[in-house]
Amino acid sequence: MLRGRVQNFHPTAGFLLFAACFAPASAFGADAQKAFTAPFEAAGELTPRNRIDELVFAHWKELGIQPANLCSDSVFLRRAWLDATGTLPTAQQASEFLASHDPNKRAALIDQLLERDEFADYWAMKWSDLLRVKAEFPIELWPNAAQAYYHWIHDSLRQNKPYDQFVREMLTASGSNFREAPVNFYRAMQNRQPAGIAQTVALTFMGVRTEKWPAARLAQMAAFFSAVGYKHTDEWKEEIVFFDRGKAVPSLLTFPDGTPARLQPDQDPREAFAGWLLAPGNPWFAHNIANRVWYWLLGRGIVQEPDDIRADNPPENAKLLAWLENELVASHYDVRHVFRLILNSTTYQLSPIPRAERTVAAAHFASYPLRRLDAEVLIDALDQITGTSEAYTSAIPEPYTFMPDFQRAISLPDGSIGSSFLDLFGHPARDTGLESERNNRASDAQRLHMLNSTHVQRKLQQGPKLAAMMRDIKNPRELVSQLYLTILSRYPTDDEWKVMAAHSQSGAPKGRDAVVDLGWGLINSSEFLYRH
Amino acid sequence: MKPNYRLLPINRREALREGFFAAAGVLLASRLAGVAKALPAAQAPAKAKSVIQIWMWGGPAHLDTFDPKPEAGENYCGPLNSPIETNVSGMRICELLPLLAKQADKYSLIRSMTHGLYAHETASYTVQTGRIAGGHDVYPSVGAVVSLFKGYNAGYKGLIPPYIVLTEPQGRFSEEGFLGSRYKPFSTGGDPAQARFVVEGVVAQGLTDDRQKERREYLHQLDTLGHAMRGDPQLAASDDAEKLAYELILGDAGKVFDLSQEKDDLRDRYGRTTFGQSCLVARRLVERGVPYITINYQGGWDTHKQNFQVMRRRLPEMDKGLATLLRDLSERGLLDTTLVWWNGEFGRKPKVDWEAPWNGGRNHWGGVFSALVAGGGFKGGHVVGSSDARGEEVKDRPVYPADLIGSMYELLGIDAAGRLPHPTGLEARVTPTAADGLPLAGRLKEIM
Repeated sequence: MLRGRVQNFHPTAGFLLFAACFAPASAFGADAQKAFTAPFEAAGELTPRNRIDELVFAHWKELGIQPANLCSDSVFLRRAWLDATGTLPTAQQASEFLASHDPNKRAALIDQLLERDEFADYWAMKWSDLLRVKAEFPIELWPNAAQAYYHWIHDSLRQNKPYDQFVREMLTASGSNFREAPVNFYRAMQNRQPAGIAQTVALTFMGVRTEKWPAARLAQMAAFFSAVGYKHTDEWKEEIVFFDRGKAVPSLLTFPDGTPARLQPDQDPREAFAGWLLAPGNPWFAHNIANRVWYWLLGRGIVQEPDDIRADNPPENAKLLAWLENELVASHYDVRHVFRLILNSTTYQLSPIPRAERTVAAAHFASYPLRRLDAEVLIDALDQITGTSEAYTSAIPEPYTFMPDFQRAISLPDGSIGSSFLDLFGHPARDTGLESERNNRASDAQRLHMLNSTHVQRKLQQGPKLAAMMRDIKNPRELVSQLYLTILSRYPTDDEWKVMAAHSQSGAPKGRDAVVDLGWGLINSSEFLYRH
Repeated sequence: MKPNYRLLPINRREALREGFFAAAGVLLASRLAGVAKALPAAQAPAKAKSVIQIWMWGGPAHLDTFDPKPEAGENYCGPLNSPIETNVSGMRICELLPLLAKQADKYSLIRSMTHGLYAHETASYTVQTGRIAGGHDVYPSVGAVVSLFKGYNAGYKGLIPPYIVLTEPQGRFSEEGFLGSRYKPFSTGGDPAQARFVVEGVVAQGLTDDRQKERREYLHQLDTLGHAMRGDPQLAASDDAEKLAYELILGDAGKVFDLSQEKDDLRDRYGRTTFGQSCLVARRLVERGVPYITINYQGGWDTHKQNFQVMRRRLPEMDKGLATLLRDLSERGLLDTTLVWWNGEFGRKPKVDWEAPWNGGRNHWGGVFSALVAGGGFKGGHVVGSSDARGEEVKDRPVYPADLIGSMYELLGIDAAGRLPHPTGLEARVTPTAADGLPLAGRLKEIM
């Protein structure tokens, strides 16, 4: 029924079956194995859904790589929600999607997700990492400036502001940190010398680490930022960023691609730089963002690391990246359009269980990569499941840093506002703007916390949502189904029913404790902790 | 997932994980070589095995602790104008520290610490990294560096993480800096002064060992994705982490936090306060070989207002905890190998703000402040440097944070001129040179 294809799945059998897939396969498709692993995979051949798939499939064929199967509806549902919105679907959203017979329900879900508030929340968080939105050390934006900046970023994403305009507003901004939010771009960096600014601009919008450039090229780029001025006003912590005409700028400058730039008299050199960077055909601008979107959704850049673009670090699939860049430019820098293309592709909708050698599959997008949930997403999911709330605080209490109850971590407006849970699970310090600052690598201390902390234990035992579920649902089978839908966004498999039945026959705790133990088991399962 | 291979610890779990790295196309050998390069070469043998850092969050007044100035008059010393002699002749300290006065032969005072910083976050960073803020990077704190060089990479095998903070993280900057979250301190949470010290994750309330075991078995049975993806390196690492977690939860290692194993009268001598009992936990951690323990002492030392009331309330508690810790370490023969380091991010303004709303408060002061060091190869009973008559500036022998930090590294056998692994491969020295922004005045040879 709703659970998709249920197989008599035994771990050992699965392992053998899985091991058999290591045999080299010359092609995929018609004669590929028909075995699907429930409840994670769906029956059906892999068919190209759009140009992405044509380019990726061709590449697999060329390299003789066997791709993973298509993922099941329940896996897709959970994955799309988490990847696009950083939010777990509710039990109701899950059951409705699973019950739908609409053959286009995946595409329809993608369209809905891209319009949700949580989409803007989650991507504002991502951009706030890269743009280092943080009130305190070492960025020191100050709480109300950090929030002005954050809300500008959030609004830009909610409106789906064309990406070139979003960047132009930052690069050419002048004015007060409180009133002209994008000027905070120039404040959110430790090193505000022209070379420090150039380094940050290159990292953020070109995906380039200037440490790897010849020094002369960095110096040439720095000249475009040599007239950025900063001054304080009488208002506490207000800072004005402006075009300082008092600073000498040579009239002949050179762009990073070697082309010359001649400034008009009294022209802010940042305008000239933005004009060059944002022109269609710029070798870095669309390239960088198209690659990053791919990296965000598929866990690995076409150029990897995504912020280390250079000639000797070629893309895994140059045609694919070029096509995505073209789509972005042709759509007037509509980043959401690129999201939609990728999310709808079969490539994105593969199962996490590789059928090629693991590292090969990972390097060529031939299976979906397991990734531990982001710190913020994980705690929000735990809060949502249990109906509980977290306290978020800042080291310097200011009116702007007090957060209401039921504040979601993905929409915290300032990197200085956090919790020990977020620290433990690797939310980025927002010191440098490097993608690698976000650390989703599981650690021993994290595992310990999930398994045995009072913090998590209390949520399970005292959370009002679980308590209400136990109170309102009398039928144990229905209660278990509801728990599975709430936590794993799917129904239990036959094997899981058997495990639970056997468990309840043993001397295990009964009643409320039994529900708590099941909830505890599910939130500590790989399926819950990892995007899959 | 983008693990920073260079930073992975080499520990007993490597045997289990080696397959993963090989499969991930990363040569274990080259990774080992990378770490080896970062490890100190041809150092004098380490004298110190562990560090207890007593972090005086907020910055306590140097004049009201270890650098009293009764001669400067009421406007400087306030009512604390009768410093007491210690068991080291000529060394006087605040009258609110009588127990520490009896242990002065075990520690030395540095009365000429300086960095000229007046904001909490920049000063916290500088005192704990030796560096001045403002570059592109955030450098790791001493604790993270010690856990890099003395933790799992260097053969530490304890189940207890190598860098512990009692009980809450500092929150001013990311102590692990660019080394990444592997070198983040493990903060215990809980309160050791309570009947039961509930260390987050290690000690669960209301779960019997039997239920723990039963749950664990249940979890294994229900981990359907884990079964379907058996052999996945991330999940295998997570399984290893789970094994370690249960060794801590159900095994003996976690008992280090069980203070009921200590005699009541010793616990009383430490003081039944969060700070006092934290000192006792720190000693127990040192006994088990944990290389770095921070006691984040949030004692309200940021005394903009009513400084002297706070001092009267809090100094006796600090006196009890720290003096007992030094004595206890010494009596157990641990002081020679345990370096105790006490200071805040700065001192406090020598001239008292008597007017409202401060009512006898002291502002921040980075011109000169004091530090206390003991054990681990530091001599006791000495005073390094001095401040001027009012405690406003360094009078002689300035000591910059990197001088002190470099001295500690030397005692720990860490090459201060060595390299730290940097996430984008930039060159990063363990301690700064004068070219990095703050002057250097030389290591503390006079007490080493």
